[in-house]
Amino acid sequence: MNDMLRQPTDTGTGIAPLAFEAVTVTHRGQPLLGPLDLRLAGCHRTLVMGPNGAGKSLLLRLAHGLLAPSAGRVSWEGTTPRQAMVFQRPVLLKRSAIDNLTYALAVSGTPRPERRDRAREALARFGLAPLEKRPARVLSGGEQQRLALARAWLTRPEVLFLDEPTSALDPAAIRAVEEAVLDFHRRGTRILMTTHDLNQARRLADDVVLLYGGRLIEHTPAERFFTQPRTPEGQAFLRGELVW
Amino acid sequence: MPADANAFQTALALILGMDPVLLGIVALSVQVSLSAVLIAALLALPLGAALALWRFPGRGAIVVTLNALMGLPPVVAGLAVYLLLSRAGPLGPLGLLFTPTAMVIAQVILILPIIAALTRQQIEELHGEYRDQLRSLGVSRPRMMPTLLWDARFSLITVILAGFGRASAEVGAVMIVGGNIDGVTRVMTTAIVLETSKGNLPLALGLGLVLLGLVLLVNAAAHLVGETARRRLG
Repeated sequence: MNDMLRQPTDTGTGIAPLAFEAVTVTHRGQPLLGPLDLRLAGCHRTLVMGPNGAGKSLLLRLAHGLLAPSAGRVSWEGTTPRQAMVFQRPVLLKRSAIDNLTYALAVSGTPRPERRDRAREALARFGLAPLEKRPARVLSGGEQQRLALARAWLTRPEVLFLDEPTSALDPAAIRAVEEAVLDFHRRGTRILMTTHDLNQARRLADDVVLLYGGRLIEHTPAERFFTQPRTPEGQAFLRGELVW
Repeated sequence: MPADANAFQTALALILGMDPVLLGIVALSVQVSLSAVLIAALLALPLGAALALWRFPGRGAIVVTLNALMGLPPVVAGLAVYLLLSRAGPLGPLGLLFTPTAMVIAQVILILPIIAALTRQQIEELHGEYRDQLRSLGVSRPRMMPTLLWDARFSLITVILAGFGRASAEVGAVMIVGGNIDGVTRVMTTAIVLETSKGNLPLALGLGLVLLGLVLLVNAAAHLVGETARRRLG
């Protein structure tokens, strides 16, 4: 299913592959996801798609270790890489923008004298320099999401998870987030991102994971998925007919 | 009723004239209640945060007990401390009964459950919001404690002020363990009880006004802090 992803970057990076083996998630006896097998390797931008309730967020939370599977195994084949996650609604601390960043640096063990400079650098990179001292919670939605990306950027993740990071943003803010995603990827970060915006997936995806009703329908390189998806569900999804 | 109007005027004169007896009583009251709040907060904030963050056997029982103790009658707390500190009690040799220290101990017992229980609630709520993000950043549980306490700081100030309100307004506990000794352990509430029973209404009324003013001030401060925080930090 995923052996078609043989691109040069597959072997070039030292990021450990991530393997889902017969993973299921159940809640009070109700199956929510799986059983699911999936292997993500290399330095790709993988977009997870599917209608609401398909299990996209669950997949990301399992991958990032925020959720343990009810059965099966999620494991890194090698050293666990540095990871960061950007959520649909950014969770920012009730502090200034820059203090949100220095906090992340403190947690990751960065020596105190370096924190401010590195935080300022990240703020500038994401166009937030003038907002340095503003309380993070009163920034606009787009600014908050950029701050969350700046925070992720500082921890130099090898794998970045993004859970519908643009679903509540206006077009300009969406563009900023997408550019940031490309920046991360250029720096050698593997991307795993959920979206239900087909055009966004077209712009960003190297490969697409399609989920439907908690099951993995297909994992296909993007150019193939958007021209001739292998499954009837994939075709229906592209036509906008796959709901619930 | 001319007598009461008269008492009111005399009370105002006592306050505005900075009557030394009245000032002494007010100062001791504030000192005892502030010490009690400080000690209770130092113990209860980490305790409440820990109860919010860790799951362990017996946690439910502790939470229920704390919630129940929020309504602990002050006279019962006073009686318990009295038994502990009385000559024949386990802590009798310390000779603390009928001292301001004994009053502080009794008030700590009264307000510690309030601050701990309300802190647990606030921190649990905030933790629900922050959990995934903090775990994603790799924040350990012990490290989450100061983070969450700091981020809940404004609601926790209100919690601490609630504790101060309870401490400064109660009379039963300080009466039993303090003994209402003139110039030593006489605080506003115990003095009001005494002066009223003696028929010295001006002093009782004066003290009552000061107490009311103090409680009003504390609540205004709490409101102001909360509003400012909401406006500035979202």
